[in-house]
Amino acid sequence: MLAKRIIPCLDIKDSRTVKGVNFVDLKDAGNPVELARYYSENGADELVFLDITATKEDRKTFAKLANQISENINIPFTVGGGIKSIEDVDILLKSGADKVSINSFAVKNPSFINELAKKYGSQCVVLAIDAKHVKNDWFVYLVGGSIKTKIRLFDWAREVENRGAGEILFTSMDHDGTKNGFACQALEKLSETVNIPIIASGGAGKIDHFIEVFKSGNIDAALAASVFHFNEIGLKELKINLKNKNIPIRL
Amino acid sequence: MMKIAIIDYGAGNTQSVKYALKRLDCEGVLTSNKEVISGSDKVIFPGVGQASSAMKKLKSKGLDILIPKLKQPVLGICLGMQLMCDFSEEGNTDCLKIFNSNVKRFNHSLKVPQIGWNTIFDLKSNLFDSINENEYMYSVHSYYVPVLLHTVAKSNYGINYSTAIKKNNFTGVQFHPEKSGNKGEVVLKNFIKN
Repeated sequence: MLAKRIIPCLDIKDSRTVKGVNFVDLKDAGNPVELARYYSENGADELVFLDITATKEDRKTFAKLANQISENINIPFTVGGGIKSIEDVDILLKSGADKVSINSFAVKNPSFINELAKKYGSQCVVLAIDAKHVKNDWFVYLVGGSIKTKIRLFDWAREVENRGAGEILFTSMDHDGTKNGFACQALEKLSETVNIPIIASGGAGKIDHFIEVFKSGNIDAALAASVFHFNEIGLKELKINLKNKNIPIRL
Repeated sequence: MMKIAIIDYGAGNTQSVKYALKRLDCEGVLTSNKEVISGSDKVIFPGVGQASSAMKKLKSKGLDILIPKLKQPVLGICLGMQLMCDFSEEGNTDCLKIFNSNVKRFNHSLKVPQIGWNTIFDLKSNLFDSINENEYMYSVHSYYVPVLLHTVAKSNYGINYSTAIKKNNFTGVQFHPEKSGNKGEVVLKNFIKN
């Protein structure tokens, strides 16, 4: 049986993990390679690395980092942040990334999704969507949630699926950082709208939130950052709890 | 030292396979050179991507003729396994015809691609020495090989399908041992040592 996935997300700036981490047993918690290895050895099913500087010069450094990550961990990982061209994708996949995550650029250039899916296959194209609940509807936001668009979340989700995206990483801007739980209703509707895997992101604060998101809709994976980085939720403890609730989980 | 060739035909994530071998203290050589491939002790045939374009790339390098004739142990991974079959529905392409089977697309009532960790069962090969029934391995694919006479491990995604096949010196795995944590490393180790 296919297991639900737990995905720690690491924000990377100048080759260092930002947002801070709080593991006493890591020598250098800011070192993404060391942190990635820690997570992979402690039950993470997959990792996401977001390049939050994403200037041209830093991109080369980031590819080098992807290479080091690939050398050091034996689970799949996705990289994203500022991807704007086939060349960006090419260098990241060649460096060992399994998937790339695209966001704002795909909204401005939807055919980029088709291009990527055709060249590399849908399985490596993750479409990240940031959205906010406004007047009974959900709208897509760009550039880390700072720019509102008129695009409706569910229309956009359907479109990216049709264009060849292999997976959707959905972040609710309303829930992100609140630690009050995932946007379960929107996620449930999203899972009825598309027929590709969905990663839930934004709002994880306690173990019950993960149970809730996996029980409420047909969600395939849950992503979180700070609750893992600050060890507020231990990966192993989380996975045992999920398994005890009869959610298919790899222990 | 054992020479392991990783067939490089421009399809997918070969770097990860190379690093996985390195973690096992083995050296894999990324190559499309026919002499190097033929002369190696073992061959890994990886692949991520689309079947018909991958076949075109193999043909352009003459590897479609070479691979079925190899005599040493060959391990096809993911698309590499699928390409060892007769025919793939992905781009409707003839493949290498080592295994007598078609490669089919998952039914649309399921989420496609299948992405993630799925259990493997009915294990019937020394490739799975020290691996328990229902161990999790990481897969990502939209097409599958049905259960065959040569199936040596199955998984279920709506239906049972071949997650590993074996015939003579050819073995194929649908999952990615190089991305399946410590258990995946055991599978790679078994391929290297057996």
